[in-house]
Amino acid sequence: MAKKTALDIPDGSYVNLGIGIPEMVADFVPEGRELIYQTENGLLGMGKVPEKENEDRELVNAGKKCVTTIPGASYFHHADSFAMIRGGHIDICVLGAMQVSKDGDLANWSTGAKNAIPAVGGAMDLVAGVKRIFVITQHVTKHGDPKIMEKCTFPLTGKKVVERIYTNLAIIDIKENGLFVRELGPGVDFNYLQKRTGTKLNLYSETMA
Amino acid sequence: MINKQINSLSEAVADIFDGATIMIGGFGEAGSPVELIHALIDHGAKNLTVVSNNTGSGYVGLAALIANKQVKKMICSFPRTANSTVFAELYSAGEIELELVPQGTLAERIRSGGAGIPAFYTPASVNTPLAEGKESRIFDGKEFVLEYGIKADFSLVKCENADRYGNLVYHATARNFNPIMCAAARETIVQAKSIVNAGEIDPETVITPGIYVKKVIEINHPVNESELVADKKRYPW
Repeated sequence: MAKKTALDIPDGSYVNLGIGIPEMVADFVPEGRELIYQTENGLLGMGKVPEKENEDRELVNAGKKCVTTIPGASYFHHADSFAMIRGGHIDICVLGAMQVSKDGDLANWSTGAKNAIPAVGGAMDLVAGVKRIFVITQHVTKHGDPKIMEKCTFPLTGKKVVERIYTNLAIIDIKENGLFVRELGPGVDFNYLQKRTGTKLNLYSETMA
Repeated sequence: MINKQINSLSEAVADIFDGATIMIGGFGEAGSPVELIHALIDHGAKNLTVVSNNTGSGYVGLAALIANKQVKKMICSFPRTANSTVFAELYSAGEIELELVPQGTLAERIRSGGAGIPAFYTPASVNTPLAEGKESRIFDGKEFVLEYGIKADFSLVKCENADRYGNLVYHATARNFNPIMCAAARETIVQAKSIVNAGEIDPETVITPGIYVKKVIEINHPVNESELVADKKRYPW
């Protein structure tokens, strides 16, 4: 998923990576492309995960895991970091998700349950300010329930913000007129995918014909 | 002569009073002033409102301060970190309040507090439960919510190098919230890995100008929080 996502990021993009699977995108910069990864805790030009002996506990990503810098990197404080984010200077943000709706609504900070500890981090600022929002997620929950659905049941992070979803089963575009399957994973057919999705999927070929 | 350097941790936190609002720098352990937090535990001030991005790990640093029941309320963006159980337990038991703030809004509220800006509009959290009950306004056809600046009585921060004027330089992503917290508090207390002679820090590279800093203490070898957590250490030791 992370590799597929990295392949879709245009050369020269400034990209913010969220916590979890999105962190892995930094490991897959495609040949011949230069991508600048931003991490909201104050680094532009985040590089790969270091070897254990080169870890610096004060050089971390948004998930608080040790990272490295690329030549040409820069550090800044949190208010500057979010000025960059909110101000529309970041091209693409890759986030995790609990739920995504057919309209591109994203829920990824709280289940809304009474005993849940909500934790929003920078997600609401990112979806409000970054030009394009990609989501990486497992296609269904641990219990096998769809995460891509008609309407999110969990509290929203943002409304109509997600442009594309990368799952372990498929890559799906969110368009004004519905969800379109951009690519099916190896061995996955459309019916199998539709059964695991809580809203109607379309194939590009059907509508384009 | 101006000399903000002090030599004991107890003196560093001596002015902190019960009920104070305290900003604590750091993003996880990066930039977290663990020695100053431990001094605050020894000091014992209670009913604190703490502004910090996270809620600490294990039973050291911020987590230990919370575990010691000195914190009445947390204002933070992400109270759920690996090895962070202290806050969750107290929150579930209704023994600590939480004001959850989107991270960028938290940063801007702190920056504004220090910059004399009482409030501002942001697009973050529009159409979400975190915007409920807040004033909103349309600018250029888009909705924004009103958020207020935050000021603190004290800020506790960590830096790499400081001088007697309180000029500060940070290391890597340990900078995070620290510079904006320095400006937002009435009294900013800094732990520095080293205190250098005035003039040794190139004015071009100063990140926090000394005007924002009240006290600086040198802590040459700060603890490694993740090692302490892995070793299941608890403060007080």
